[in-house]
Amino acid sequence: MGDSSAIASTDNATNATNGAVTTPVLVPGSEVRNPARAIVIMAALLAIAPWVGLYPVFMMKALCFALFACAFNLLLGFGGLLSFGHAMFLGTAGYVSAHAAKIWGFPPELAILAGTAASALLGIATGLIAIRRQGIYFAMITLAIAQMMFFFYLQAPFTHGEDGIQAVPRGRLFGFIDLARPLAMYYTVLVIFLAGFLLIYRVIHSPFGQVLKAIRENEPRVISLGYDADRYKLVAFILSATLSGLAGATKAIVFQLASLTDVHWSMSGEVVLMTLLGGMGTIFGPVVGAFVIIALENYLAPFGQWVTIITGLIFIVCVLAFRRGIVGELAAWWARRQK
Amino acid sequence: MTEIFGVPLQALFGQLLIGLINGSFYAMLSLGLAVIFGLLNIINFTHGAQYMMGAFCAWFLLNKLGLGYWWSLIIAPVAVGAVGVLIERTMLFRLYKLDHLYGLLLTFGLALVIQGLFRNEFGSSGLPYQIPPELAGGYNLGFMFLPKYRGWVVVASLIVCLGTWYVIERTKLGSYLRAATENPALVQAFGINVPRMITLTYGFGVGLAALAGVMAAPIYQVNPLMGADLIIVVFAVVVIGGMGSILGSVLTGFLLGIVEGLTKVFYPEASNTVIFVIMVIVLILRPAGLFGRER
Repeated sequence: MGDSSAIASTDNATNATNGAVTTPVLVPGSEVRNPARAIVIMAALLAIAPWVGLYPVFMMKALCFALFACAFNLLLGFGGLLSFGHAMFLGTAGYVSAHAAKIWGFPPELAILAGTAASALLGIATGLIAIRRQGIYFAMITLAIAQMMFFFYLQAPFTHGEDGIQAVPRGRLFGFIDLARPLAMYYTVLVIFLAGFLLIYRVIHSPFGQVLKAIRENEPRVISLGYDADRYKLVAFILSATLSGLAGATKAIVFQLASLTDVHWSMSGEVVLMTLLGGMGTIFGPVVGAFVIIALENYLAPFGQWVTIITGLIFIVCVLAFRRGIVGELAAWWARRQK
Repeated sequence: MTEIFGVPLQALFGQLLIGLINGSFYAMLSLGLAVIFGLLNIINFTHGAQYMMGAFCAWFLLNKLGLGYWWSLIIAPVAVGAVGVLIERTMLFRLYKLDHLYGLLLTFGLALVIQGLFRNEFGSSGLPYQIPPELAGGYNLGFMFLPKYRGWVVVASLIVCLGTWYVIERTKLGSYLRAATENPALVQAFGINVPRMITLTYGFGVGLAALAGVMAAPIYQVNPLMGADLIIVVFAVVVIGGMGSILGSVLTGFLLGIVEGLTKVFYPEASNTVIFVIMVIVLILRPAGLFGRER
């Protein structure tokens, strides 16, 4: 994408839509001038993070959530579809990969693949049902289906209810990399995260991604141009579900645990928050949002209910005053300064 | 003892009654959601928290001020409704020109804050609330025992729902409301204060949730999270019924409550999920919902 077209004029954004999101003045996914350079810088920073004193467990948790938020952002930020049930993909993949690794004795790479595949299947089923309704209904339907899955996992014997699947073995990646070593695990997570991130980046900037953005801006017009909007939305939904699954499966192997927390609706809310706070419709926003929220939870953990309250307050502030999110606001500020 | 499909009749009627009670709450809550959505185009995620606030308000009035159940029925909806008006005037009105999703996100955040604050203050265990003495005891109907209070809840919620239906469908005020739902700009051009109507509608919908909360207080315990999971079921009820008609959402609420109760008798494992399963089936067969119109 060229430098000059990176920032669309405000009038353009307001005229193009009727009733849809009007706040972003940025073309979705183009908040930085040189994305390749920015991605390399990000990868380098993440690669040296454990050597400059950042705790690998914290970084791995943040990376899993960053991938989760990026996958979610593909749907919300670029497809304009707000799913309020994305925790079901995170949690399903977690349960399946934990079960595969612990009970069936799968090696980690196959366990993660199995979990991701399970989420993809769930994504197909949910997507087919949910895209029948739009906007607010879409959010309510995904929330309700996720709640149904939550009760299913609560009662199914293989999940062990409130205890979850504990002591999942990390195993040896490809048979020779011992993931019990923190750094080996960290770099595995980093590679998975970067692969997911690059895939999402590629999708956003493909012709498919362009149509997706067009659907978000003006669906009837896209349909009138001969695109099957529902099919594009379904594919985006499945992709998002699959990548959320990848995040969930990795998370289960890293923390050797799959539990109900990951399928609860509050987790669905959390990923919405990460995306909103970081900046929906930006490439790097969800990553920033995930790191901020995970750090916040780390520091606020001793204060109990205050985490919920502060989470809620961030939601309110973001919606009322800060709709472009951290990355979006920074990019807009930078663009204003350049003029 | 008489049995039907291997289930004692008494257990069947017992669960039917519980289903009817749950249905009463689904009906009142989904009615409030539908009224708010009709005019504000906002799905009020705070609804569950406001229902909880109603119950806490009743508890507070009884234990701190010595005002009983009947006072609570009036004071709690007005008080919680006033908080709703405040929320609308300070926050929600900024979102009307934006995508509907922002309303959902804002009210979700509000729900988290409210529930968190109540949990900080009261912990997550429930507080008991006595059934008012006038409604204690029950009737023996021969085939089952009907606690007076439960009968009262069903009747009262029916009256509230039908009253709301009457006001909206049969009075002048209601016709303004319906007109403003269709075309607010035109109604405003006729000299009707639409913004004030919107504010009061939100207050009314919230008051309805609080009223349901007061009525629920003696049945379920008063608990900061009592509305959190309920609201998701109510969302499913709203999707099943479609938000097109008032009577539709009321009827769907009662019906699903009964279906849930029956599931508890015949296949208890599915009682938590049956409403969501029905939602999926309805979406496949009739995407607009049972009483909804395609928009």
